[in-house]
Amino acid sequence: MVEVKSNGLIGQAVKRTEDLRFITGRGQYTDDMSRRQMVYAAMVRSPLAHARIRSVDTSAARAAPGVIAVYTGADMAADKIGGLPCGWAVKNKDGSAQAEPAHPAMQVERVRHVGDHVAVVIAETQAEARAAAELVNVDYEELPVVVDARAALAPGAPQVHAEAPNNLCFDWELGDASAVAAAFSKAAHIVKLDLRNNRLIPNAMEPRSCIGDFDSSTSENTLITASQNPHVIRLLLAAFVFGIPEHKFRVVAPDVGGGFGSKIYPYPEDVIVLWVARKIGRPVKWTATRSEAFLSDAQGRDHYSHVELALDKDANFLGLKVDTIANLGGYLSTFAPAVPTYLYGTLLAGCYRTPAIYVNVKGVFTHTAPVDAYRGAGRPEATFVVERIVEQAARQLKIDPAELRRRNFIPTDGFPYQTPVALTYDTGNYHATLASGLKLADYAGFAARKAEAAKRGKLRGIGISTYIEACGIAPSAVAGALGARAGLFEAATIRVNPTGSVTVLTGSHSHGQGHETTFAQVVADMLGIPMESVEIVHGDTGKIPFGMGTYGSRSLAVGGAAIVNATRKVIDKGRRIAAHLLEASAEDIEFTGGRYVVKGTDRAKAFGEVAFTAYVPHNFPHETEEPGLEESAFYDPKNFTYPAGCHVCELEIDPDTGVVEIVKFSASDDFGRIVNPMIVEGQVHGGLVQGIGQALLENCVYDESGQLLTGSYLDYCMPRADDVPSFQVMTECTPCTHNALGVKGCGEAGAIGSPPAVINAILDALSGLGVTDVPMPATPHVVWSAIRAAKGRQVA
Amino acid sequence: MAIPMDLQVNGQAVHLEVEPETLLVDALRNALQLTGTHVGCDTSQCGACTVHVDGKSVKSCTMLAVQAAGTAITTIEGLGSPGALHPMQAAFRQHHALQCGFCTPGMIMSAVDLLARNPNPSEAEVRAGLEGNICRCTGYHNIVAAVLDCAKVMNSAPSREKAHG
Repeated sequence: MVEVKSNGLIGQAVKRTEDLRFITGRGQYTDDMSRRQMVYAAMVRSPLAHARIRSVDTSAARAAPGVIAVYTGADMAADKIGGLPCGWAVKNKDGSAQAEPAHPAMQVERVRHVGDHVAVVIAETQAEARAAAELVNVDYEELPVVVDARAALAPGAPQVHAEAPNNLCFDWELGDASAVAAAFSKAAHIVKLDLRNNRLIPNAMEPRSCIGDFDSSTSENTLITASQNPHVIRLLLAAFVFGIPEHKFRVVAPDVGGGFGSKIYPYPEDVIVLWVARKIGRPVKWTATRSEAFLSDAQGRDHYSHVELALDKDANFLGLKVDTIANLGGYLSTFAPAVPTYLYGTLLAGCYRTPAIYVNVKGVFTHTAPVDAYRGAGRPEATFVVERIVEQAARQLKIDPAELRRRNFIPTDGFPYQTPVALTYDTGNYHATLASGLKLADYAGFAARKAEAAKRGKLRGIGISTYIEACGIAPSAVAGALGARAGLFEAATIRVNPTGSVTVLTGSHSHGQGHETTFAQVVADMLGIPMESVEIVHGDTGKIPFGMGTYGSRSLAVGGAAIVNATRKVIDKGRRIAAHLLEASAEDIEFTGGRYVVKGTDRAKAFGEVAFTAYVPHNFPHETEEPGLEESAFYDPKNFTYPAGCHVCELEIDPDTGVVEIVKFSASDDFGRIVNPMIVEGQVHGGLVQGIGQALLENCVYDESGQLLTGSYLDYCMPRADDVPSFQVMTECTPCTHNALGVKGCGEAGAIGSPPAVINAILDALSGLGVTDVPMPATPHVVWSAIRAAKGRQVA
Repeated sequence: MAIPMDLQVNGQAVHLEVEPETLLVDALRNALQLTGTHVGCDTSQCGACTVHVDGKSVKSCTMLAVQAAGTAITTIEGLGSPGALHPMQAAFRQHHALQCGFCTPGMIMSAVDLLARNPNPSEAEVRAGLEGNICRCTGYHNIVAAVLDCAKVMNSAPSREKAHG
């Protein structure tokens, strides 16, 4: 139900407020900032994936030019600085707790991935710090290494943590195993797939950066950090790492240059710069080189899955069974346990009325960088499983893939829909997005295009993905019952200034999503004032009451809802003030077009007049109201939101080279109500390219010794402008039923829906050759090899 | 040992004393506080540090500061200002060709140079021409649209603006 109607601004493709500073070089990212007397930190990182630290000799580094201090893990342990906490506790099948080894910011005894933190060098300049870091001499005893999650579970595998026998962090399950067994026993068809969801490196273009500062005269700690959620950083570091009170701890996240999940978490460097600043009494800055980002940013995906789908004779889905092994890396990152469990297993129903589903996930430690949420976080992995097996079933049963989906969709009148994997979808219309997606793609005309391509010697294929996602993890009570150690609400304050302009304080924090525009559209629309009169303030715990930050496409659905609620409180108080001024009863006053009007009369007070009265309360209802006009709201959603859609990829393959060219990509998405369609389309474009990157280009590769082979842009293939096409995108709308704006979220959909669409299209193109699987990324070599192997089989 | 050098930056004469190993991008960001030019990688791949040296786009992380002695450099701050945007800056805003904004200065500087060399590019030429600049947010769709539209605007402007600001 859409409670907040548009008065003209909501729904408009308003140009972004924040753009002016970014296009003129006036953005302020963390590395652009400095403080008086600031010094620089450089990390000494392990060059080995697994080793015992015999000794650390810092003498040469200490003597190097400009060096102020060198500290090791032992120094940090001596100061009793806590390890980085994990924010989610998953339970094993048997009800026992996950293995949760400590994660010190700097290691004392043992390193567990290349890039792990051993020491820090502090110098007057960044160049001096980096040069001196090379002089720290660490004596390592090399230990055996395991990087592959399946290998890590094998008997006799090298062990990452003593606290996690067999490298098992958790062995988790969801769903009804016996119902699934019963479904399979009566199946007419069983379709099976073994899938790999390739490991990715998020690669926000702004490398992580942080500045720690401590004022010993006031005991105030400040951390400026490139973060998606400064309040969560403060909460975790204050309570678990430093043991300093929050009122003496300010975390500021200024302009943030992309995140995609990788800037959700507190990192060792955040701890180190603040700890050192407290020790030496000067501000300390650290900025990652891109090489360090490759080694130490939390990475994404990395699943192996075995999937089986049971169907009856009419191709109705009866049951789905999934076994997944998820690589968690060398340490538990903040939300790592939630990603392959509650953000993955719960999405395995997809858009379908599959009555029985069971999933088992083993989370596994390896000697690699930590793995955590990356754009989509669990939902791309789930969508890949579901949309690949559905298309595989269509091919096997020789049914049109679109028809098979239609036959099994949750019917449009079937909402709310309780899935067998815990979620309740509030609303959706999967038939609508499928129909419009296919129309946009001219699905009906594909056969002719395929025939035309064949004349040119090209193999043309088309692939569909009808994804669903769940945004805005909620409500807090449910998340808590499932293991979340934090709340998942959002906070907002609407501060009306005496002359009627408005300052909005929000706990959401944009790192590219355009909150300064979208949120201002909502508030200006509701208050009937120009957008220019609304200022959005975010990213500073010293200014904003509280917040849980921006991730999981939650900003508008959760943060926006908090803003709406606070704005409504402002409107209501204004109504009571206006009633006094107009000598009418508040019930008789309606707020419309920025004016409080006595119903049925022309007697009115403008919003600005009421605001002024609130701050100059000469003629004011003092008996019932306090002066001032500022209201806050904390909003805890009743449910997730469920965006869904249809992505259609059409591509051509050169059979001689294996080169894949996407010739057309169409997306029809249902994000519920849309506040700014321009920004939403931009989010879709960006997500699509990250998904296409996963499908065709990107792959994080460690060799057997744990060395990262894809540690730079020369080796890790980022999508570039000439790798991707322009897109055709459109939206359908079933408004979210449980927030006032009716919005669902759009940030991750592109990355969730597109990888299976691309791979399904490749398999469609190659189906005539007998190719049944192509792993991601489907590089020319991979595709060429698959073609060759299939031809070999045909000859044999 | 610091080396003295003179150059022009955004139309102003500048005197700098730089270490021989200092990169141009670091001199711009640190000595001159022109922080609009960004560092996104360490292998000269991402293009976030792109500036114009004597009118040509250069990745300022691939050039020593001392090599810029005697040149005229334009950074994003000198291309246009909030009150007087270069047509490319205006096109980026018009077409939502930026999200987080981090790659944007380098992308704009490359795009301006691209149109200076090829005032009427095709979509494929724009995509190929921006291959040296990585954007992780936009998926390039709107960047390409902005550059193509900017080409139209600049070609149809009565007194065609110089491509380099």
